[in-house]
Amino acid sequence: MNEENAYQQEFQVKGGDFTRAGEVSCEIKNLLKELGLSAPIVRRAAIAAYEAEMNIIMYAWQGRLDLSVTPDRVRIVVEDKGPGIQDVELALSEGYSTATPEMRELGFGAGMGLPNIKKNTDDFRIVSEVGRGTRLEMTFLGNGHKP
Amino acid sequence: MLTLREIKNLLSGELLTPEMNLEMECPRVFASDLMSDVLAFMDPGSILVTGLVNTHVIRTARLADVTAIVFVQGKRPDAMVMNEAKLHNLPIISTSCSMFEACSRISRSFPDGGR
Ligand SMILES: Nc1ncnc2c1ncn2[C@@H]1O[C@H](COP(=O)(O)OP(=O)(O)OP(=O)(O)O)[C@@H](O)[C@H]1O
Ligand SMILES: [Mg+2]
Repeated sequence: MNEENAYQQEFQVKGGDFTRAGEVSCEIKNLLKELGLSAPIVRRAAIAAYEAEMNIIMYAWQGRLDLSVTPDRVRIVVEDKGPGIQDVELALSEGYSTATPEMRELGFGAGMGLPNIKKNTDDFRIVSEVGRGTRLEMTFLGNGHKP
Repeated sequence: MLTLREIKNLLSGELLTPEMNLEMECPRVFASDLMSDVLAFMDPGSILVTGLVNTHVIRTARLADVTAIVFVQGKRPDAMVMNEAKLHNLPIISTSCSMFEACSRISRSFPDGGR
């Protein structure tokens, strides 16, 4: 496989849809397992995908995850239509969160999502435009041994 | 090393997924009500001890490679949550111990405290 014939799939995520939260990421995890990727990369990609999926559900209106897999890397591009992030650097710092009390009751809102995405990826880019939305590009290398 | 059965017994716990194997060894235990922290800090293969009972706990467990879940304070998830756990072969134990009591009982039996 090379860039042209990478395995590709697109997943839709609806803002506010807490009951289905995590379904897309579980599907991605199963797919990566079936494709034969190693356990560490499967776990890192699954966790990062889930953090990104949760952020769409918690903060945005509509979003999608685009998965692309080649033997040596997994790439997930996450794009949402939503309020965007005013101060991306601040949002990337551990503990910063604008989650509501309801979201905290569900077990989220520790302000660890974006830092955790950064930790689990080999390459991570984020761009956000206030009033329009947010785009994340996450790359996971097959031979990487990040925690 | 403790098996899941030994942990269940230490906690006088009830297995809510009766048909599942309890002989697996449990090298790590992680206790939290914050799924954000589970995703960020838990080692794969850990037992998750939590007081939070909702579908997000099961989803988080599936994504972060949790071996089994212990619900403290006598909490029991509803049928929908249980169905998802069964479907994905995730053993669920319920104990009347508090979070603190459950953790201290387990850690007393772990040479290194489980972390
Ligand atoms: N897709 C997004 N659209 C708009 N705002 C976002 C988005 N993702 C993150 N944010 C903002 O950045 C903050 C930090 O996000 P992060 O994922 O790190 O933590 P959190 O979602 O608040 O809590 P946790 O992820 O630990 O459950 C959020 O509280 C929110 O204000
Ligand atoms: Mg988040």
